[in-house]
Amino acid sequence: MILEAKGLRKLYGEFCALDGVSLGIDAGEFVSIVGPNGAGKSTLINILTGVVRPSAGTVRFKDREIGGAGPARLARLGMARSFQLVHVFPDLTVLETLQAAVVARLGRAARLFRSLARDREVQAGALEVAELFGLADKRHVPARQLPQGDKKLLDVASAFALKPVIILLDEPTSGVSTADKTAIMDTLVTASKRIGLRAIVQVEHDMDIVFAYSDRIIALHQGKVLADAAPGTILADQRVMDTVIGRKAASPRALSC
Amino acid sequence: MKGGLAVALGAGAIAAAPLVASTYHVLLMLPFMAYAVVLLGLNLLFGYAGLVSFGHALFIGLGAYTGAFLTTHAKIRSLEVILLAAAALGALVAVPVAALCVRYVKIYFGMLTLAFGMVFYTFVLKFYRLTGGDEGLPFLRPSLLGQSLDAMPKTDYLVGPYYYYSLAVLGLAALGMWRIVHSPFGLCLKTIRDNPAKAETLGIGVTRHRFYAFVISAVYAAVGGALLGPPTGNVDPTLAYWTHSGNIVFMTLLGGFTSFFGPVVGAFVFIYLQNWVMSVVPYWRLIFGAMLAVIVILAPDGLMGFVTRRRPALAGRT
Repeated sequence: MILEAKGLRKLYGEFCALDGVSLGIDAGEFVSIVGPNGAGKSTLINILTGVVRPSAGTVRFKDREIGGAGPARLARLGMARSFQLVHVFPDLTVLETLQAAVVARLGRAARLFRSLARDREVQAGALEVAELFGLADKRHVPARQLPQGDKKLLDVASAFALKPVIILLDEPTSGVSTADKTAIMDTLVTASKRIGLRAIVQVEHDMDIVFAYSDRIIALHQGKVLADAAPGTILADQRVMDTVIGRKAASPRALSC
Repeated sequence: MKGGLAVALGAGAIAAAPLVASTYHVLLMLPFMAYAVVLLGLNLLFGYAGLVSFGHALFIGLGAYTGAFLTTHAKIRSLEVILLAAAALGALVAVPVAALCVRYVKIYFGMLTLAFGMVFYTFVLKFYRLTGGDEGLPFLRPSLLGQSLDAMPKTDYLVGPYYYYSLAVLGLAALGMWRIVHSPFGLCLKTIRDNPAKAETLGIGVTRHRFYAFVISAVYAAVGGALLGPPTGNVDPTLAYWTHSGNIVFMTLLGGFTSFFGPVVGAFVFIYLQNWVMSVVPYWRLIFGAMLAVIVILAPDGLMGFVTRRRPALAGRT
């Protein structure tokens, strides 16, 4: 098991965002986390990626306890992530963005006097990822001038440039037109094979995407795991389908754990 | 390529100045070159790491006082030793200051650097026996490359050997900084300036990089500060006063912090403009204040913005 969480609980004051969530991600899996708004998806991703420290419970990554380890350390350990809202470096070009990721991966971020332009490994590594994501033609365009879809792609591409073991994507296709969604997902899957990624975890709202690409679906509801099964099983479970996809969550909750 | 030509022309013009320009103008080039060294360092922090310090006069003062102290109290006159000592002391003092300051960003960072600057200013003012208090300390004429030049008339020394020595130091400083901003480290600094949260998810140590940038900028400020001493032959506490920190930020904005040589251009224009305005009207600060307002509002990329014609990249974002 690559990533394993046990008994995760997160309280924000009285509000209980996560209430005893356990899950495991195996090598070779593409897992989607779904659930209505406020189910605790973002909190879960933030805990799994070390941004938020759980109130209780443990997260183990590659057999190491990583609760609250911080994103920089996790990135170096081989866990990458992308954000729900696009995160780019506005003044850096596509290539520079990817170079930064490669530099970080190779542990060269503290090289003060070496020439970046003459670092062949970094140059080639960045270009390879740009090509993989179809961004090679725009490699000299500053990120802020890219269309929204490309920004999203660049955000994900920079996470891939880390050649991580596992990648956690917070709504990789949000804010993108339906037509582009499939293209992004196909690019993602192809790229993950090329770089030898072991597992992908995504939070996603678009159920067509979820059912088309996932090996397993974890449905959250009111901070608890409602179901954790293959897409076929989920589809057959009327209760889960109603809660997660059918209507919005029954009522806004203010439960205490 | 065009940039390279411009730099070559600029360097050539500076080198030729003592042969063609009046002594008066050549003497003005000395503080320009000293400030250029300071600003190359400051802009690593400002333009590349996105942190605006209002306390770098601390390191200018530290460098200048190091030189004054060594020449008057320790009888060390070698400028090479003085510059190395200034750099070392600058780094030494910067380590604890940077460690505390880089935990903060934006206005909190600025205020904290300002606070450290004020502490140092008061130290310089009050430790009379070490620093000479408000009278300052003489900066005796340093020897250059082991050559004592005490016999030379002062002006000849300044527009001759000292001038070219300063130019050489500036050249080395610029070369070093050029390498730094074009290194993997420099790229990582830019990612941190643009989006620290994202930089962190790529595994870039945000605080660590800011720390290094701060220390490097302090070393540059100390070396530049030491170069400011010999032309006047005296250093005093105004070098370490907070308005001096403000002036160097002004120079950076004037030239343009989004360009590598912007701050150097800013230092040049500032020094000559200040000199000229002061000779024409008694209230130069009024003129400069208005100018600063105009730059921030209309030309956030500074003078170099007109040359490079880039979009105002960072305007309104910091």
